[in-house]
Amino acid sequence: MSRSIKVSAGILAFVLLVALLGPLISPHDYLQTDFDAILQQPSASNWFGKDDLGRDLFVRVMHGVQVTMLVAVVASIVSLVIGVAYGATAGYVGGRTDAVMMRFVDTLYALPFIFFVILLMVAFERNFLLIFVAIGAINWLDMARIVRGQTLSLREREFVEAAKLTGVSPARIVFRHIAPNLLGIVIVYMTLTIPQAILVESFLSFLGLGIQEPQTSLGRLVHAGVNQMEGASWLLLIPAALLALILLCFNFLGDALRDYFDAKESL
Amino acid sequence: MSLLNVDQLAIRYGGDAAVGGISFAVGRGESVGLVGESGSGKSQTALAIMGLLPGNAAVTGSIRFDGNELLGMSQRELNRVRARRIAMVFQDPMQALNPFVSVGAQLSRILLEHGLADGAAARQQVIDMLGRVELPDPERQFSAYPHELSGGMRQRAMIASALLAGPDLLIADEPTTALDVTVQAQVLDMLEDIREDTALLLITHDLGVVANRCERMIVLERGKLVEEGATAEVFARPQHEHTKALLAAAPRLDREDIPAAVDGDEVFSIRGAEVTYRTERHAPLRAVRGVDLDVRAGETVAVVGESGSGKSSLVRAALGLVPMQGGRVVYCGNELPPQLGSRDRETRRGIQLVFQDPMGSLNPQMRVSSIVAEPLVVHEPGLSAQQREQRVTAMLEKTGLGAEFLRRYPHELSGGQAQRVAIARALILEPKVLVCDEAVAALDGTVRQQVLALLRDVQDETGLAIVFITHDLAVVRAISHRVVVMYLGDVVEAAGNEELFSSPQHPYTRTLLDAVPVPDPTASRESARA
Repeated sequence: MSRSIKVSAGILAFVLLVALLGPLISPHDYLQTDFDAILQQPSASNWFGKDDLGRDLFVRVMHGVQVTMLVAVVASIVSLVIGVAYGATAGYVGGRTDAVMMRFVDTLYALPFIFFVILLMVAFERNFLLIFVAIGAINWLDMARIVRGQTLSLREREFVEAAKLTGVSPARIVFRHIAPNLLGIVIVYMTLTIPQAILVESFLSFLGLGIQEPQTSLGRLVHAGVNQMEGASWLLLIPAALLALILLCFNFLGDALRDYFDAKESL
Repeated sequence: MSLLNVDQLAIRYGGDAAVGGISFAVGRGESVGLVGESGSGKSQTALAIMGLLPGNAAVTGSIRFDGNELLGMSQRELNRVRARRIAMVFQDPMQALNPFVSVGAQLSRILLEHGLADGAAARQQVIDMLGRVELPDPERQFSAYPHELSGGMRQRAMIASALLAGPDLLIADEPTTALDVTVQAQVLDMLEDIREDTALLLITHDLGVVANRCERMIVLERGKLVEEGATAEVFARPQHEHTKALLAAAPRLDREDIPAAVDGDEVFSIRGAEVTYRTERHAPLRAVRGVDLDVRAGETVAVVGESGSGKSSLVRAALGLVPMQGGRVVYCGNELPPQLGSRDRETRRGIQLVFQDPMGSLNPQMRVSSIVAEPLVVHEPGLSAQQREQRVTAMLEKTGLGAEFLRRYPHELSGGQAQRVAIARALILEPKVLVCDEAVAALDGTVRQQVLALLRDVQDETGLAIVFITHDLAVVRAISHRVVVMYLGDVVEAAGNEELFSSPQHPYTRTLLDAVPVPDPTASRESARA
């Protein structure tokens, strides 16, 4: 395990822990307004200050981290399930099935998905579920391609041939021999999909299409901060810095894990 | 003063010592064999001399070349020594040559880089050198790309590039291990002829190679030097136990315990097998051309041939792993359908395969216990978990692995242990036919002997029929009752073991037999005279 895995995983764990416990311990509530203390500067009782409605920013940022991470993780799991099932099927069956399935993926790649998601958001009632589905629907394409490629090469490996020769059923081969060997690459790709999902969620929220008030997310907070940029810059800087930190950690983690699994694979 | 003096060389990776303080010398113009099994530190030593060890290697001791200390030399200084004074030939020429640059351009670069020649002169020098390594039509090879050359030709080109700058020392790390036996003999002879006064440090696991070509030899075991001396002396009077074990395990053709013919029932036969590979870009390749093969219970039939002879295609088609264009496969009197999927359970149970690469044939994510148990799960679903575990433990014990291996993953096994696990998986269903596709080619000498002995024991006990595919005639000699020699998809000779080795009929069989390196310096000198 390299140092960057430990450091980035450590930072992420710390941020998550604070985000989960902070709002429980803090005397403030993320919805509680205080019109006597609008845009109050950071202080000992309000570490991140207060926003334009006098709500404690610390609790709101921690709540935002919770929502953002929830959206990102659920969206990544959606993309994982669709992507792995689709990719493994295409790769293992191969031949014409594989060709048809992968051309379908290529076609979806060609569609302007962000535009598609925005339309979806505008057309339907905005809710959590829709965001998960929309983001997951974008990200599964990459996962499917990667899993398919990996499956294609696993299928030719001798331990799969040995299993076939003995008469092991195709389903058992996929579950016992192919899937466990996909695990490494899937975990790596998950850690790279999560930051992508965070970005999409933040982008949608920033446009006002994602998470709706009084719920909040990091993107939503950045959006609110931009409006107060001149008078109360901390309202922008704190959530933006946290968003950047989380993205950076996930990307480092994904890269380091990829190196780790690559090195293990080549042994 | 010797040309190369290695003194107390030690190489460590973290806590693991790859080489633990070895000292030896190579004189000018001398040829020295550095012999050991995998993990003995022989390649690490070579890389240390070349200054090519990875950054995480901690090197101590001293390597003096022509009076200058090589350890701790800067890359710039090293670059003046490498290629010009010390050159190296690697095991795999395809990896060592740049696939995007023509052979001639790569070789010329050595001369240009070191300012030894330029322009037309460099070209002429390279072409001369390609001629000296006996590449046919050196003018044309100059502009050929590596993939256009065969394995043997590529290794010749590598040797040409190594000798181009007229180095004082040539390090050859398993230069012929990847080559067919007939090509190996040609390349080694050529190397001996043209190296002139260049000293040679020949690294190999094959004692036959050393016996034929090296004046002195050094034996390494797990990073320690265990024996050193004149080659003839070491072969005649080995001092160290490890050298004796290596010599005993060395493949030889002159053995007494030749398996006699057996008279069992015919269990597996192939008639008129035809395998043709069709690709979009190339003309169809007829890999197997109407071949017959049959095996009786309790009998081992060896299929011998060099790469491209179609020996693997033949059995893979018979097993249903690649499509067969013609011919029939009969198992226990019943003709088998060509597709694996349409063969019945009894057939699948009765014919098992052991692969060449033991690691590749074991699922890295499964424990040894589940790997060996899987065939039972499929074919005897009635067994309880406990019964299964008993069967697995008993089977592993038979292959020489104790119960402590049950919980291990493949990467925690050595090559020999992994191949035992693969054999255990193949034998747990008590098959009638076992196909071994180069099953011992990846194993070291002593381990190879053990695995072959294991197969013989199982056969004596159960009357197993074995089809053994190999390129190694020493293995054939040791294990087979009958031998089938294949060349370019055809059977050129089929005979009993004794018959084939004492009076080979086909000229190709004779070429194969003559090319085998014999691990006995006196014998090989006699055969050279003959």
